[in-house]
Amino acid sequence: MGFFIEVLIGGLLAGVLYSLVALGFVLIFKASGVFNFAQGAMVLFAALSLVRMMEVMPFWLAFILACAIMVALGWAIERIVLRPLVNQEGIILFMATLGIAFFLDGFGQTIWGSDVYTLELGVPKGPMFIMESLFEGGILVDKLDIFAAVVAGGLVLALALFFQKTKTGLALRAVADDHQAAQSIGVPLNYIWLIVWSVAGIVALVAGMVWGAKLGVQFSIALVALKALPVLILGGFTSVPGAIIGGLIIGAGEKISEIYLGPVFGGGIENWFAYVLALVFLLYRPQGLFGERIIERV
Amino acid sequence: MLYREAGQFKTTYAADQAIFPILQDRLGTIAILVVAFVGVPLVATEYVYTGLLIPFLVLSLAAIGLNLLVGYCGQLSLGTGAFMAVGAYAAYKLITFFPFLNIFVLFALAGGIAALVGVLFGVPSLRIKGFYLAVATLAAQFFIDWLFIRIKWFTNDQVNAVAPETVIFGHRFGTAAERYLLALVIVVVMALIAKNLVRGRIGRAWMAVRDMDIAAEIIGIPLLRTKLLAFAVSSFYCGVAGAMWGFLHLGAWEPLTFDINRSFQVLFMVIIGGLGSILGCFLGAAFISIVPILLNQVPAAIGVPIDTALGQHLEFMIFGALIIFFLIAEPHGLARLWQVGKEKLRLWPFPH
Amino acid sequence: MNLISPAHTTGRVIGDVLLKVDNISLSFGGVKALTDVSFDIREGEIRAIIGPNGAGKSSMLNCINGFYHPQQGTITYKGEARKQMRPHDAAAQGIARTFQNIALFKGMSTLDNIMTGRLLKMKTGFFAQALHWGPAQKEEIEHREFVERIIDFLEIQAIRKVQVGRLPYGLQKRVELGRALAAEPDLLLLDEPMAGMNVEEKEDMCRFILDVNDEFGTTIVLIEHDMGVVMDISDRVVVLEYGRKIADGLPDDVRTDRKVIDAYLGVSH
Repeated sequence: MGFFIEVLIGGLLAGVLYSLVALGFVLIFKASGVFNFAQGAMVLFAALSLVRMMEVMPFWLAFILACAIMVALGWAIERIVLRPLVNQEGIILFMATLGIAFFLDGFGQTIWGSDVYTLELGVPKGPMFIMESLFEGGILVDKLDIFAAVVAGGLVLALALFFQKTKTGLALRAVADDHQAAQSIGVPLNYIWLIVWSVAGIVALVAGMVWGAKLGVQFSIALVALKALPVLILGGFTSVPGAIIGGLIIGAGEKISEIYLGPVFGGGIENWFAYVLALVFLLYRPQGLFGERIIERV
Repeated sequence: MLYREAGQFKTTYAADQAIFPILQDRLGTIAILVVAFVGVPLVATEYVYTGLLIPFLVLSLAAIGLNLLVGYCGQLSLGTGAFMAVGAYAAYKLITFFPFLNIFVLFALAGGIAALVGVLFGVPSLRIKGFYLAVATLAAQFFIDWLFIRIKWFTNDQVNAVAPETVIFGHRFGTAAERYLLALVIVVVMALIAKNLVRGRIGRAWMAVRDMDIAAEIIGIPLLRTKLLAFAVSSFYCGVAGAMWGFLHLGAWEPLTFDINRSFQVLFMVIIGGLGSILGCFLGAAFISIVPILLNQVPAAIGVPIDTALGQHLEFMIFGALIIFFLIAEPHGLARLWQVGKEKLRLWPFPH
Repeated sequence: MNLISPAHTTGRVIGDVLLKVDNISLSFGGVKALTDVSFDIREGEIRAIIGPNGAGKSSMLNCINGFYHPQQGTITYKGEARKQMRPHDAAAQGIARTFQNIALFKGMSTLDNIMTGRLLKMKTGFFAQALHWGPAQKEEIEHREFVERIIDFLEIQAIRKVQVGRLPYGLQKRVELGRALAAEPDLLLLDEPMAGMNVEEKEDMCRFILDVNDEFGTTIVLIEHDMGVVMDISDRVVVLEYGRKIADGLPDDVRTDRKVIDAYLGVSH
């Protein structure tokens, strides 16, 4: 029993990392209806910028500069790619973000290099035992994972407050619902999109920070974007709590299935489990746990 | 001047519906085919065959497969690599059990198996669309990746699959030139079939589903059957392409040659070449095949050598930028640019 | 306009009941689109459905061709009673329709769009299609000839190769009518076919509808807001308001019905 809890918690914490990336997707999709395939590349780019700059300056300065870089990136994406494509269908925009993803991958590695970089955040790392009173010997968790969970929680709270309580947040929700209607009541669309992409960029930076601390900053992080898809399917494309819960389910599901089902298949099922789970989910509940049902009218 | 249609009156519907209704197009295509079948073997070197022509042909075929699914039927798929893999490994196992099989039969069977797998992963398409469907195909891609790495039976317990030499009617197809001609024949025939499908009732049903599936259903088009047919045909083409990639191009391959990067590569060909255009598949494949070669040769030629890692990063950047450029400037890709060019040619040298 | 007898009747015969809806009720969640609606449609007639916006007219058409499934009631078509139709079956049994917001295939040309109307009649198999030369080509040409006659009838020869997404609204509506006609329907459902047209275009459309009814005996159900058109060309009229039927009968009777005037027509002051 204790072992199962350990695996479960390990999975949940891994899921938090997925949620962080999925959050960025949700933000952009909620506000502009664009499925941003480049989110993973943005995570990598942000992490690379941060870790390389930290080689020559203290963390807090590097973080601020990295935020600035992500905002600049958001501005560039909005201006160069999104504005010309503003009235095209979803699939065209999706492919444009595919192009951005590839471009950013190459660009990031050209500027910052393509080695694996370790990211020292000064955060406690290493394993520790918790709940020793409940289970004999306690449950083994990694301190860094707990840190990641706390960060994610804080981020979600901040975003929720932003969306619900601020004027900009309200404008963002209006834009997400209906561009043209929002425009006709005076919401400045381009400005809103700039904000959204910048916020998503900063979320990507935070995600990159945490991923980088855990795994080291390397190219494979970009492929995380693909993993976020099942998370979004489970949680719904437009729901912030959905992204969190989806991430947790996928993370836990992967770990548990690897340990308990893995030996049956010869191991390695983590690679596809999330997608198959999402696929099964899609067949029964296409809008995800928290998403909205779309009714098509003729 | 050269491209005028003046005087070319079509007096039958058959003439109107022909693949190349304009005489100049017909002549041009015949010329290209003559060059391809006769001219090239006279001048090409081994490197040109193996490094350029054969991969170009095989990837064009995969692009046609993907275009049928995405461009004509509107079903987004990120699993091209997986279906190619199925074709390659199916061919491999079949030839292991039946070494006497004629290669055309072998490829057809391999394609058929890939088609079945494609239909299986296409079943969700009745309930889900767009990006959601892409997830289903991603599931296919990663599951099949894993399958061919883990289950040793597929690779006859080796790490890589090694294809035996192709023998047709007793003649050994060993040299690059011979493999090229074989690939050329297969690709030309299958491209023709694809063109026939899309200009008939099947293509129209696919395009109706793509443009507005609700309306398509209401005028009586059976949605599931139409979509599954698209998956089947598309996977067949990708499967044959995969088998060709293994047998005619590489000779020996590892599972990762058909991974998600391959899927993206073919998707880029289709986007850049033009969704919904058979010609576009060839244009896109040519384009994507050429860029890495240019990146290899040009910097060295102008005296600014770049190392391979940087070269790869630049490749990514160029592809990404090109995709964005094409989507903004001409979402219908090179094929539309070609069409627009022809329109201008009709009037040249007159301005209007 | 002569309102006593429709100007166009020649030797038209109005036959038995082709389609009957009984006690149809349809709701979406809490919204009741239709409540207990019953009426019939006779073979060969032109039946109009009128009423204010939101009355449920389009929903009624959607029930008839199987796109919506009513919670209660039966639809009896050609003698067979069903609780609900499926769109594919409706199309196969000779029901075709046009839509309020045009539902054309924007990526295809006019000709291809109308050809899609013939899809149910194209029977050649997959391999024949792949070969094209032979039976598939023959079938394609046969259907092309039929479609060209429709194109002539609707006077849209000049735009046959133009991509439909580029056509002006009025022409798109005409192409949509062509697609519906291509299926050689027994029952043609037209949802506001003249919306957004000027007087000339409306006259053309009226002429087409009357010709179709006259020459082919096609039964037509018409949703329309232009009262002049409705009174002029229809044989009988159904009036809906808030999902309920409030009148049913000859155009003249409906026009002078108190309930209809209050709900919809109004009085000229």
